[in-house]
Amino acid sequence: MNRQLFAYITHQNGVANDSAFELAAAAKKISADTSVTAIVTGKGEGLTKVCEQASSAFAKVWKIEDDAFAYPNAELIRALILKILPEKSVILLAHDTFGMDLGPGLSIKLNASFISDVVNIEGTDGDALKTVRQEYSGQVSTHISCDIADGAVINIRPGAFKPEEASIGGKIEDKSSEAAGIAAKRKYVKTIEAEVGDVDITKSEVLVSIGRGIEDEDNIEIAQELADAIGADVSCSRPIVDAKWLEKSRQVGTSGQTVKPKVYIALGISGSFQHLGGIKGSPFMVAVNKNANAPIFQVADIGITDDLLDFVPVLTEKIEKL
Amino acid sequence: MEILVCVKRAPDTLENEITVNKDGTNIEQEDLVYSVNEWDNYAVEEAIQIRDKVGGSVTVVTVGDEDAEEVLRREMAMGADNGILISDKAFENSDGKGIASILKAEIEKGKYDLILTGAQADDGAGQIGGMLAAMLDLPYASLVNKIDSEDGKLTIGREIEGGAQEINEIELPCVLSIQTGINEPRYVGIRGIRKVASIEIPVRTASDLGLDTNAVGDAGAKVKKLDYFIPETGDGAEMLTGSQEEIADKLIELLKAKGGMK
Ligand SMILES: Cc1cc2nc3c(=O)[nH]c(=O)nc-3n(C[C@H](O)[C@H](O)[C@H](O)COP(=O)(O)OP(=O)(O)OC[C@H]3O[C@@H](n4cnc5c(N)ncnc54)[C@H](O)[C@@H]3O)c2cc1C
Repeated sequence: MNRQLFAYITHQNGVANDSAFELAAAAKKISADTSVTAIVTGKGEGLTKVCEQASSAFAKVWKIEDDAFAYPNAELIRALILKILPEKSVILLAHDTFGMDLGPGLSIKLNASFISDVVNIEGTDGDALKTVRQEYSGQVSTHISCDIADGAVINIRPGAFKPEEASIGGKIEDKSSEAAGIAAKRKYVKTIEAEVGDVDITKSEVLVSIGRGIEDEDNIEIAQELADAIGADVSCSRPIVDAKWLEKSRQVGTSGQTVKPKVYIALGISGSFQHLGGIKGSPFMVAVNKNANAPIFQVADIGITDDLLDFVPVLTEKIEKL
Repeated sequence: MEILVCVKRAPDTLENEITVNKDGTNIEQEDLVYSVNEWDNYAVEEAIQIRDKVGGSVTVVTVGDEDAEEVLRREMAMGADNGILISDKAFENSDGKGIASILKAEIEKGKYDLILTGAQADDGAGQIGGMLAAMLDLPYASLVNKIDSEDGKLTIGREIEGGAQEINEIELPCVLSIQTGINEPRYVGIRGIRKVASIEIPVRTASDLGLDTNAVGDAGAKVKKLDYFIPETGDGAEMLTGSQEEIADKLIELLKAKGGMK
């Protein structure tokens, strides 16, 4: 079958994001013997370097350089992709804040199917692509069958596919002329960097991290006391920041800080991929959760099934007495 | 400003541990407590705040069965002016595109300046807002965590990686998907719900909306859920057992060994 495969590559400061190579790995699982084309857009010096990096994992690289793409505005990129993508193609995007912005609308305009946040690809049977997704922050998984006869936009979860060592040496083709006349009703203005808080959790060696299981603002004390006893800092999951119980600078995750502690103690955190995405360097992870099936237990080293509000004070008291 | 907010009734993950039912066809429904999708409360709160500032109205709409009416009433108790329930057997098992095309049909019957959705719901797909915008040919921005309205256009913030914020200008009318944390959704008590209990909520069917039932629901879905399952995991955590005291002692030894105590 002559189904064409594409991947849209994002990059920063002249370096392709890890997701680029993960998309190459995912594409292979759709069709091992189809050559995949990477689409790279941008403006400036770094772009050529990104294309060269992409060419190690993709058979073809389409380079599109234009002022309009100096910042990746999903509305502009969508218009471009609509112009250059052959009919009925399958295109892969990373399920990050850019891919979430681009994917759903792109699928409608391409009249293609859309599958969001794919964590595994089991293969194709004719025009049916079988994939795995998760629901309820990873508490359950589902098999999804998707008809890709008319093409598909597939958003791939960052970190879910292992990139392969490759040196394909793909051909870079300059398609910058296609950028002419691309316009959108949404204009990028600027990026405001995250605020720096009182404690820099990215430097902490030991973190006591609280999630929604802490239940009440007053209970944060329980975590703080444990942290004080062991010489740790307190970090948290997103709902704690949404509730304004702790500063945004304490949030661990894809939309918060990336931490690399030696020890990470997760209290009442379910283990969503957005949260885990902010924990690097494989720390020794302890999870306390009252739900024995919480996804955090799949990644933690040590698990304790208990109500943290009961257990943590017992632990702290023992430590204080040491 | 005429604002429409799309909301969804979803299992409340604070009240439930989600598991798979016996034959793997769905999540276990027994004792399942439902509420409004977390993200949607932020979207409705934002809509109410904009309306209170610049005038206009807020309408909440949902596609669901008769039980979905309760989430409309809850959002009306928060302060939404109108509710619309879109309900038809033919809509069952719709995929994202199906739901978006049902909402589109309703939206085209009205005249809205701003359409909001939650950034995502229980299935984490986050697809309805973007699809809807493309179908309506309106500009779109996802994961919005700030909205400032000026005449004819909005300045919005999108939450991007690392907690940074991407500022955009977007023309009206437009569709935005709202990220949690953009505001603090107001509390709704029983009394508030009682106040709106008798307000008529119109129900729209496929034929009311002139929808081809082959294009929505199971018949129209190109993306189909085959089953639910709990994945085989790798090693997983070593679970500590015993009394609380015993577990605490074991954990202290482990923490000492791993450098988790100063
Ligand atoms: C674009 C995007 C970006 C995001 N970025 C981030 C991010 O950077 N960081 C982040 O954390 N999230 C992020 N999220 C949100 C993420 O999807 C989850 O919603 C969030 O991580 C859940 O936080 P939680 O684990 O604290 O809460 P929940 O998922 O509600 O889990 C609470 C856990 O506590 C347990 N529990 C409850 N009570 C107790 C008790 N008394 N004792 C013990 N255990 C208890 C429950 O069993 C449950 O497992 C993002 C979402 C989106 C869409």
